[in-house]
Amino acid sequence: MNLPLLINLAYVASAILFILGLKKLSSPATARNGNLLSALGMLIAIIATLASELKLPWGNIVGALILGSLVGAVAAKRVQMTGMPELVALFNGLGGAASLLVGWSALYPAVGVDGLALAQGISTFTSITIVLSILIGGITLTGSMVAYGKLSEKLSSGAIQFPRQQIVNAAIVVAILFSAFMLCLTPSHDSFWLCAILILSLVFGVMIVIPIGGADMPVVIALLNSYSGLAACAAGFVLNNNLLIVAGSLVGTSGIILTNIMCKAMNRSLSNVLFSGFAAAKEST
Amino acid sequence: MDAIYLTFIFALSVFLGFELIAKVPATLHTPLMSGSNAISGITVVGAIVAANHGSDSTAIWLGTFAVFLATINVVGGYMVTDRMLGMFKKKQ
Repeated sequence: MNLPLLINLAYVASAILFILGLKKLSSPATARNGNLLSALGMLIAIIATLASELKLPWGNIVGALILGSLVGAVAAKRVQMTGMPELVALFNGLGGAASLLVGWSALYPAVGVDGLALAQGISTFTSITIVLSILIGGITLTGSMVAYGKLSEKLSSGAIQFPRQQIVNAAIVVAILFSAFMLCLTPSHDSFWLCAILILSLVFGVMIVIPIGGADMPVVIALLNSYSGLAACAAGFVLNNNLLIVAGSLVGTSGIILTNIMCKAMNRSLSNVLFSGFAAAKEST
Repeated sequence: MDAIYLTFIFALSVFLGFELIAKVPATLHTPLMSGSNAISGITVVGAIVAANHGSDSTAIWLGTFAVFLATINVVGGYMVTDRMLGMFKKKQ
């Protein structure tokens, strides 16, 4: 059997384990098993990927894997029960940051086996997915950091508003769209527009979370979690990796459903949660 | 062809994701959120590929740093979810 076939079979197995895991996580009796199944899926995926990249810089990657596991494990073991939601927000932000970095690194030319750069340019489709992965990843990163700050009360947990906030946000959206367009025209790692998108997406993540008050934070984290799935999905399109697309879009869409369910449990609509800060500001003026 | 094939997979998983979670008791909202957050750490796979394919040393370091961050998300995410669910069982 050849290696690519085995790796793709392993990817199929882990996709199935993710689906079963999510399904089992939504019922109390099977939830813990579901989590273990999905962790097993992740382990299979990582081992298969390591096996497929036999010529990779092992020192770097194995070091990063070990160090990351240690940090994650210590954080998860040490956290108090009350601190868990904010830790999840923090982890979620790191996942978003990873997708941002993957998108960014894809702008550098790839090398062939002989060490020479593969000269073909980046297609429009790929450059759009690179921009999406940087953009959604960046929003997830800073949005989750603000959510973490608010939940852990390192930041004021109330809604933060300032005059003309909506106009500022609209201006940022326009600037993002323009920079994205310019970067897609001439995708390059030393483009000015790459810096623009990096900075704007980080700023925008902060802007969409600060107007949301403390009690609504769990809903926002669920939504940001869905974004980090979509960011992983975009990274999957960048790298032509089907497992990233499947797992990312599963998290992205089931996250949106979960966000909706959580809103309903509070008797509110999603737009009410997201924009209530603005409505309150309008009423007070 | 590749783009079409990937979009096909994407479309199917989007529908699957929408259908997967229907009724979740309120006590499971946070563990489910945390568990699916760990799955979104799948980007670690992309990061490993990215750390390998860069010609430029900057690209390799970006990829390596991405592996580090995504691993924290994966390992921490699964462990914290397991702890949450463990407590949940004891309480019942």
